[in-house]
Amino acid sequence: MANARKFRSKKLMEKTSNIVVYAILIIISVVWLIPFVLLFIQSLSGDMVGYSIMSIFPKKWTFDNYIRLFTDTMFLTWYGNTLIVSIVVMIVQTVIVLATSYALSRMRFKMRKPLMNLMLILGMFPGFLSMTAVYFILKEIGLTQNLIGLMLVYTASSAMGYYICKGFFDTVPKSLDEAARIDGANRATVFFRIILPLAKPIIIYTVLMAFTAPWGEYMFSSFLMLGDPSKFTVAVGMKEWIGREMVNQYFGVFCAAAVVVSIPIVLLFMFLQRYYVEGVTGGAVKG
Amino acid sequence: MVNLEYLKKSPLEKFAYNFVEFFKSLPAKMGAFFKRIPSKLLKLWQAFAGIFVTLWQALVHGDWKTRPSFIVMGFGHFARKQWLRGLLYFVLEVVFILYMALFGWKYLDKMGDLGEVAKITTTDPLTGLENYKFVDNSLLILLYSLLTIFIIVAFVASWYMNIRGNWLAQQAEEARQKLPTTEDDIRSYADEQYHKTLLSVPMLGVFVFTVLPIIFMIFVAFTNYDKAHMPPGNLFTWTGFENFEILFGTGITPNSKAFAYTFREILLWTVIWAFFATFTNYILGMVVAILINKKGIKFKKLWRTILVVTVAVPQFVSLMLMSQFLQDYGLFNNLMMNWGWISSPIKFLSDPILAKITVIVVNIWIGIPYSMLICTGILMNIPTDLYESARIDGASPLKMYMKITLPYMLHVTTPYLITQFIGNLNNFNVIFLLTGGEPLDLNFQYAGRTDLLITWLYKLTVNQSQYGIASVIGIITFIVVAVFSLILYNRSGSVKNEEDFM
Repeated sequence: MANARKFRSKKLMEKTSNIVVYAILIIISVVWLIPFVLLFIQSLSGDMVGYSIMSIFPKKWTFDNYIRLFTDTMFLTWYGNTLIVSIVVMIVQTVIVLATSYALSRMRFKMRKPLMNLMLILGMFPGFLSMTAVYFILKEIGLTQNLIGLMLVYTASSAMGYYICKGFFDTVPKSLDEAARIDGANRATVFFRIILPLAKPIIIYTVLMAFTAPWGEYMFSSFLMLGDPSKFTVAVGMKEWIGREMVNQYFGVFCAAAVVVSIPIVLLFMFLQRYYVEGVTGGAVKG
Repeated sequence: MVNLEYLKKSPLEKFAYNFVEFFKSLPAKMGAFFKRIPSKLLKLWQAFAGIFVTLWQALVHGDWKTRPSFIVMGFGHFARKQWLRGLLYFVLEVVFILYMALFGWKYLDKMGDLGEVAKITTTDPLTGLENYKFVDNSLLILLYSLLTIFIIVAFVASWYMNIRGNWLAQQAEEARQKLPTTEDDIRSYADEQYHKTLLSVPMLGVFVFTVLPIIFMIFVAFTNYDKAHMPPGNLFTWTGFENFEILFGTGITPNSKAFAYTFREILLWTVIWAFFATFTNYILGMVVAILINKKGIKFKKLWRTILVVTVAVPQFVSLMLMSQFLQDYGLFNNLMMNWGWISSPIKFLSDPILAKITVIVVNIWIGIPYSMLICTGILMNIPTDLYESARIDGASPLKMYMKITLPYMLHVTTPYLITQFIGNLNNFNVIFLLTGGEPLDLNFQYAGRTDLLITWLYKLTVNQSQYGIASVIGIITFIVVAVFSLILYNRSGSVKNEEDFM
């Protein structure tokens, strides 16, 4: 009898605690999603009140913001710029990261440790410190206010982000390489035929990260493209819209642009969520 | 302190303990460092002497193929039919000589004072208009002379390698060994020397776009490069430690005191920010992950996907959105006033203290999904029998969290925490896109109350052109980051060995 009651009370406790957890999770989901829902609603608003919106739901619903976005503004140019930059960055950065990671993970040479230490120390300098000098180097070769210059800035130092990928390569058993090398394969063959096919999750992760980074990067692109709106990326251009002078006129357009920018990336993430989680978790543990 | 006592401490106490330990251990470490110096010096000397021994031997005992390589690089390789090596060395030498004669020397010569004449002004006698002819550009002089120094070092190194290679080849010949032919060389770049093939381009990129600029900016910290000394119209020159003095409050310029004050406040806030931003995200993210992982909770995937979606929205969109919603007369305040909850707007972004709290809270909103994802995977790896036995012993959930979950997580994710902390010290986006460093403070030099070192650096560079002082701030940021990483990595290494979990 006593046992049964104890069991029942335990069940009850379990149930109430579950209800509490559900409540918390629902609150969290709402808090996390509501700003984006508001963003979406505002993008359809015809109220033209700028950022000082008085109510959640607008009085007038229209697609005007979207129409203005594509006809009145330079958004399409910016979108195209960002797309081109991110595609090139994605390809180059992935190749560089894979090559660096393989060399540092699989091969043993005299400069290996010094190189890794050097990159660790370089990583501690604030990235923007070097920007002034990079700007003048690019100016000397005539690549400021130029998309190729931006691509160079984004990709040139990508070798320094080898950690996660190397961590993955480290987990691939060495015996695989050795077996192949006994069969007469050279290092290059091992890399292309054995390591790369096994590295699919980490390649997808690297590609995903490299592709999405230029969409959110503001610091370098704003400095490099200063004064030439036709070369802006979306982040730089949209920041202009919410500056003090323009925000009242452009807030609706800003919301519409945010929706247009976000949707493809969100879809990409949902599609590749598994790889993203794998990469992030692996990187966190191995460091 | 024994391991158990250490483990019992809360993360905050642990950090404080590590912090104190680091400084306590400094004397011992420095002692050990100085003790190691003689043996290190000896080794260095041996390596250094080894270079000259090789050169000397090659000069004295070298045959007719080796000795000319001292002057004509690659000669010996040609003579030994190693065409590729010979050609590369020879081309390198020709290019180097041309570069120095036509380009490098000109700049290196002027490095001492960074140029003497900025421009020559001539007045057109007919129109009376002034024409400028720019002569010296301090910026380019500094940049190119640094580049030239690097190139000289690289050339000397390859000159030595060329002689050493010839000397070794001569010895191999004397021992009747087969020398690698050009085909062998090419083949080795896909095999034993594959790392050179793989790393050459990435390292070139790192060198040109990271190493060279950083060294350049370190040099700029010792010049008076600012708005009044901006090439090509004007020259800047070496000023020693003047910029450091201005930033530490002992400079001669009138705004030195204000700079020092700004610097102290911003440095303090940067460290506080990084600490809170890292740990609030981490702890709360873990809590959310635990909630989702709880036994009996359904739709685990749905909850996780909802949070991942917010990760996927580009960060700048979320940040700019929040910055608009939280304005004094933004959506949030307007709604609260409409509903009659508050009578005057809450100054989320315009009150110095409140703005700092807002920044941290918004950062939680942005960061929790990441840390939740990371914690989820690791949480599932904690052996369940640990919890079972704790439950039998009558431990409360909170106790189980403090004694099992948290130590385990900290043990596994220390590297992640360290990178997060360092990333937050330099977190440009959250501050710049959310508050822009504001609210402004009249006592500050070109900065606001929520500015971090990195955003201050950005403002000084982009808006004020105070390159000299900006470089000093960059160097100091580096020192701060390096000290913190040293402390954290040092302890985490020993902690790992001490508390090897299971």
